[in-house]
Amino acid sequence: MRVLQQLLQLRQMREFNVLIALVLMGVLISLFTPYFLTVSNLMGVSRAFSLTAIMSIGMVMVIITGGIDLSVGSAMGLAGLITALCFDAGFSQYVAVAAGLGVGLAFGLTNGLLITAIGLPPFIATLGTLSIGRGMMYMITHGVPLTPDTPESFSVLGQGYVGPVPVPVVILLVLTLVFTIVMTRTRFGRHVYATGGNENAASLSGVKVQRVKLAVYVLSSTISALAGVIAFSRYLSAEPASGFGSELEVIAAAAIGGASLAGGIGSVLGAVIGAALIGEIANGVVLLNINTYAQQAITGGVILIAVSLDVLRNRMGGRG
Amino acid sequence: MKPFLEMTGISKTFPGVKALDRVDLHLNAGEVHVLAGENGAGKSTLMKIMTGVLRADPGGEIRVDGETVVIKNPVHARALGISIIYQELAVVNNLTVSENVFLAREPLGPTGLINRKRMNADTRAVLAELGVEIDPEALVGTLSIGQRQLIEIARAISYKSKLIIMDEPTASLSHHESSTLLRMARKLTAQGVGIVFISHKLEEIFEIADRVTVLRDGRTVDTRPISDMTSDLLVRLMVDRELDQLFGHHRSHATDEVLLSVRNLTEKRAKDEGVFVRDIEFDLHRGEVLGFFGLVGAGRTEVMEMIFGSRPYSGEISINGTQVRIGSPSDAITQGIGFVTEDRQSRGLVLGMSVRENFSLTHLSDYCSLNFVNRSKETAACADYIRSLGIKTPSPEQKVLNLSGGNQQKVVLAKWAARRPQILIVDEPTRGIDIGAKAEVHALLGKMAEEGMSIIVVSSDLPEILAISDRVIVLKEGQISGELPRKDATQESVMLAATG
Repeated sequence: MRVLQQLLQLRQMREFNVLIALVLMGVLISLFTPYFLTVSNLMGVSRAFSLTAIMSIGMVMVIITGGIDLSVGSAMGLAGLITALCFDAGFSQYVAVAAGLGVGLAFGLTNGLLITAIGLPPFIATLGTLSIGRGMMYMITHGVPLTPDTPESFSVLGQGYVGPVPVPVVILLVLTLVFTIVMTRTRFGRHVYATGGNENAASLSGVKVQRVKLAVYVLSSTISALAGVIAFSRYLSAEPASGFGSELEVIAAAAIGGASLAGGIGSVLGAVIGAALIGEIANGVVLLNINTYAQQAITGGVILIAVSLDVLRNRMGGRG
Repeated sequence: MKPFLEMTGISKTFPGVKALDRVDLHLNAGEVHVLAGENGAGKSTLMKIMTGVLRADPGGEIRVDGETVVIKNPVHARALGISIIYQELAVVNNLTVSENVFLAREPLGPTGLINRKRMNADTRAVLAELGVEIDPEALVGTLSIGQRQLIEIARAISYKSKLIIMDEPTASLSHHESSTLLRMARKLTAQGVGIVFISHKLEEIFEIADRVTVLRDGRTVDTRPISDMTSDLLVRLMVDRELDQLFGHHRSHATDEVLLSVRNLTEKRAKDEGVFVRDIEFDLHRGEVLGFFGLVGAGRTEVMEMIFGSRPYSGEISINGTQVRIGSPSDAITQGIGFVTEDRQSRGLVLGMSVRENFSLTHLSDYCSLNFVNRSKETAACADYIRSLGIKTPSPEQKVLNLSGGNQQKVVLAKWAARRPQILIVDEPTRGIDIGAKAEVHALLGKMAEEGMSIIVVSSDLPEILAISDRVIVLKEGQISGELPRKDATQESVMLAATG
């Protein structure tokens, strides 16, 4: 009885659907291949999706305010590139990482001010900065990857392990925990949900909604910049196309995880599990020898099914 | 004159409410027939039946030009020659005048494309008939509110309407625009068009009406030619009702101490659109319940929005004798002002959030240490208010979306009561909630005043204003038109100040 009750309670969680999907998909893949459910494969998969998942943490906060951030891929790529340039110029790794994160901060402030001070729609503001960032990357690199010398200690960020767990996955877990607490337990988190749930009512209740919005865009870009620095540490090469198109996967992760693009609804944990599901599918496609071109189509199908189920569940549960 | 539309014994029942009870209304061709009555008297329901938006209960009869009909829907009503101009304008701002006039029935050329030339020419002809000069190709968004209203009238005429219903058409018009509109209405009647005119402004009613029908509590009280009517009689016919036994006796807790003082408060924006609120001056005492009355569009909400920092103003606001500058709602809240907004669903509550989260939004820091919310403290405080206000909810975790209107309103009051502002503004505190909840809300407001809070009540429900206010300020067309102490405030005196 007790267990049943707890299970029922679990069902109330918004993350429940996507968690079930993640498990079922794992079982399904395991039916066809013994290689999926091994520690080394699971760690490899986790490392592969960790960057998308990290970025989805920032994205989901933006989406909960009712906005969208299309520029995450550019913030990520440009941050990696600036970090590489700093190494190239002979700065220490601390300066290089700080410069990379600084790029993210600047990106976020630009987005946030365009949206709050000028009043641009988030879609347009971040579409613009997406293009600007991308253009700057090609201008700086002339299309050629940058591979500066880096100290051994820097590569730990992207390549190291804590026990069997890759460092990027550890960073992901820490960020997930921190931002779950921020979103569910702090005043700021409450204000993020209220802003997206009803901006008018929030503002009239004394919530400084413009400040909240500015903050989530800064967080989103800075978190993406961190992902960019980790990506550079992993490959030690700053690619001009790094992060290209990743915004779609990041938004998809948030949406699969139950975030509503209308605002007010979503969770950090859901977005991270959504990213995990996308990564799991990618891995399954490889392990099962399915045409890799099919991967995108399958991911698209999963997005539609997951979000449809969520919408249907809410409609039926209506007053629950 | 022969009747164009005859409605006899029309009733309409909604779940739990009889909105119309055997109403009779006979409208002649070529007359201006004013429909008068308080908010909630049944005017809008009756209009909706005339235009086919609602179907009347069986038993009544509607005849158009002597023939019994059942008006099925708005398109059918239009085909019968009945159109309506709503108070909220139904024009598309980024289309041109002629595109609006011919919306959804654009004249097509032989190729199946829109015949723009004919559309513009026809529009020009209709506008000329009305005697107004507006370019058919102008974007509607660039026109004044008054001109937009004329576009709606042009549209009604181009349907070849024989009866045009105008729902408070002058509510948001300037004086000059109003007189243009009234002239237009007269002109139409000369061409045999009948007009149903809904208005709260007495002056206007006596200027335009041929006959008046008064509705009260869903019944026809009287229909008579305007020559047999006086303002006193009209007001008495409209508002006369039994005072509700549910509501307790009024006790004043007002002190002599001036808490809020407003001088010269004037809107800071272009004057040409809608009502322009200006030169507002009043004092609010500690523990006082100050009623603000006025007709729709008199500027009551605008005054409150200025005091609360959500509408730009010029003039002086002082609290406790110190002049303050209020630039945003959060400034106002810091100064100890709370605002229960008129529209609880779109401006008062985050519907998707729980009772607890909505409750604490105004004073979350009370439950925070180092910005972390102490949820058990928050839940306990919320549970206290749920109990003391009698909010019917299974738990503090219920989404407010799932509560009834009265309980939602109590949540809004709770979230402000718990913040303990010095001044609480409540805008239409009991709109759309049942009589029992209304009495509870009144009792709660009285209790808060007793505890030393000063309360401003804005309401278009006159009996409500009279029941709970220590003093009444009346607004008319953006200015204060009367200030009445409780002993002088009667339905007649307040209504006269609001309309006369």
